[in-house]
Amino acid sequence: MYRSNVLVCGGTGCTSSHSLLIAEKLKEELAARGLEKEVNVITTGCFGLCALGPIMVVYPEGSFYSMVKVEDVPEIVEEHLLKGRIVTRLLYQETVEEDTIKSLNHTTFYEKQHRVALRNCGVIDPEKIDDYIANDGYAALGKVLTEMSREEVIQTMLDSGLRGRGGAGFPTGLKWKFAAANDADQKYVCCNADEGDPGAFMDRSVLEGDPHVVLEAMAIAGYAIGASKGYIYVRAEYPIAVKRLQIAIDQAHEYGLLGEDIFGTGFNFDIALRLGAGAFVCGEETALMTSIEGKRGEPRPRPPFPAVKGLYQKPTTLNNVETYANIPQIILKGADWFASMGTEKSKGTKVFALGGKINNTGLVEVPMGTTLRTIVEEIGGGIPNGKKFKAAQTGGPSGGCIPAEHLDVPIDYDNLIAIGSMMGSGGLIVMDEDNCMVDIAKFFLEFTVDESCGKCTPCRIGTKRLLEMLDKITTGQGTLEMLDEMEELCNYIKANSLCGLGQTAPNPVLSTLRYFKDEYIAHVVDHKCPAGVCKDLLKYVIDKNVCFGCGLCAKRCPVNAITVTDYTAPGKKKPAYEIDSEKCIKCGACFEACKFKAIYKG
Amino acid sequence: MQKKISSIPFQGTPEQEAKLKEAIANHRDDPGAVMPVLQEAQEIYGYLPLEVQTMIADGLNVPLDEVFGVSTFYSQFALSPKGKYHISVCLGTACYVKGSGDVLNKLSEELGIEAEECSVDGQFSLTACRCIGACGLAPVITINDDVYGRLTTDEVPGILKRYKEA
Repeated sequence: MYRSNVLVCGGTGCTSSHSLLIAEKLKEELAARGLEKEVNVITTGCFGLCALGPIMVVYPEGSFYSMVKVEDVPEIVEEHLLKGRIVTRLLYQETVEEDTIKSLNHTTFYEKQHRVALRNCGVIDPEKIDDYIANDGYAALGKVLTEMSREEVIQTMLDSGLRGRGGAGFPTGLKWKFAAANDADQKYVCCNADEGDPGAFMDRSVLEGDPHVVLEAMAIAGYAIGASKGYIYVRAEYPIAVKRLQIAIDQAHEYGLLGEDIFGTGFNFDIALRLGAGAFVCGEETALMTSIEGKRGEPRPRPPFPAVKGLYQKPTTLNNVETYANIPQIILKGADWFASMGTEKSKGTKVFALGGKINNTGLVEVPMGTTLRTIVEEIGGGIPNGKKFKAAQTGGPSGGCIPAEHLDVPIDYDNLIAIGSMMGSGGLIVMDEDNCMVDIAKFFLEFTVDESCGKCTPCRIGTKRLLEMLDKITTGQGTLEMLDEMEELCNYIKANSLCGLGQTAPNPVLSTLRYFKDEYIAHVVDHKCPAGVCKDLLKYVIDKNVCFGCGLCAKRCPVNAITVTDYTAPGKKKPAYEIDSEKCIKCGACFEACKFKAIYKG
Repeated sequence: MQKKISSIPFQGTPEQEAKLKEAIANHRDDPGAVMPVLQEAQEIYGYLPLEVQTMIADGLNVPLDEVFGVSTFYSQFALSPKGKYHISVCLGTACYVKGSGDVLNKLSEELGIEAEECSVDGQFSLTACRCIGACGLAPVITINDDVYGRLTTDEVPGILKRYKEA
């Protein structure tokens, strides 16, 4: 027994700012004071509040140290862990009240959250199977194998109302039922851990913080559909996740929780890793299976659906990481418990990766039906620098931008589709008034053009044409007719593409056209970018009545586009300067340099 | 992203070739061996020149066009070598809205190379990558294994200087 446990976040966000060095230093400092048998250092998965990383939490007090530096470690060890005096200076300031210290769970970031899929992240050591088992790990698998029939497992999943967390929201129980109904000598269970949506990192956090939950849920799926072999298709760009998954698989083997005759019930199940190599389209189920087969990850027409002919032409069920992370809890606590959370058609919780222009960047898990306003303003802590909220983007390149007027819509699968976006994997990027919505649409289109596999024409050529039009608009060559043509093309791509990538690729354009048409019109009619992002439409102008004539801007200008005029404003001593817009390369150096705010973007 | 095939002559060593042959032998009987072998080959050589892809095609007894089809399909596979310092700029959405596009332009300007290129002296290569999942630190770049977060364009020259002098 240890008298104190120190949890250091070992998720990607925190390790990027050297949390592993902090853990090392902690151990070193503890050993130097002979405390290594009294104080335990645990490297956990992601706590979720990545904006404050590296994060360290000391129990039993629950002291929440944020933005810890290696240099701070000796002080924390000496004062807190040796002498028992919490180093208030280094705590997350929101937890510090006049004479008491709040627990982590009572901060605004955590209070409104409800953690099901992330319940072990930031709590257990992901590299120790005993930690997972101590937290009810593999109890659900035991229950399924020894007390439940295959039909009961599937019925529980159906009753729970769990829908796929990877994007489309297909009911998981139904997927399993279809795969179970097909007889074959071999069936497969796959896990989609190829989180390709830029700006989403919840699957990564589950894999890094609680890898065993995925293995356990896959084994449960294997039992339910009658499969003995599983594949996890994980991004090679996630080295920590890959390493921890492999450790977890090896440990589960050692404990007899994977392999042959699990729990002495005669059930065999094994899992292998397959590394993805960076192709967004491989998030599509048929493309993913083609990629596991070692080929170009191109989707194929459905039917036949994977439940009939999937991996290696055998019946296959594929679920995403977050979906799996919910399953053991549903088995243990019951379908009713899960169905009691959420909205009528979307049950349970959803993890969002909150990013962009928001104070509390990180992972949040909230019940379905929570409003965007709660997530952005309360949990997320609002927009930095007093800027105004403009839009929230959900669903990545397949989703859309939600404007301020819809901030109070309860978020679930169906409501998001109704307002022109989609749940997707749960990336939630907040944008403020400095972001240009046409530029954002172009950003996503560049992504889809890059990632389109090229197999079907509407997607391959359609998205390219769409991008060309957006390019014209952002460089001032657009016309009003072009906006109508764009919309028509969008609808055509949606209706005719082979797979989900193409069918959803126009969403960023359609949703911005729907809610931010005035910005498009400003680009094509006035040749102006209201947010000042599109460089070709930007013009820097000096307000001659504000200019003091100091000449700093002219010195900073790399192309000598700024010259002095013969106009001296009333009350000023020196003549004002002006910018030759023909010569100006719009680098913004003058704008940054001017101390009197005499230069504005026109 | 359009792949750029390197014009730098292939300089493989016999040791590397032996390792590659071993990797091929280990996977020869697996269904779907092309991807794992390409991944291992990239570990060995750092990139996948046509010579290496030809060896893989011969070794696994699959047509070269299939190997080439796979290596050009996935963004992880590099057809040109990386510099001594490989810089990846995250262009995931969270980084992009916080200005990583400007950081990429600044790096490109400072190094005199475009994204997906390597400097002539072989010191620096530059690539734009998708989300690396460190959105809390946006905008983020990585130089080899070092991660630089919450970057501004002004910090770029100073960071590069450290590597230029190293």
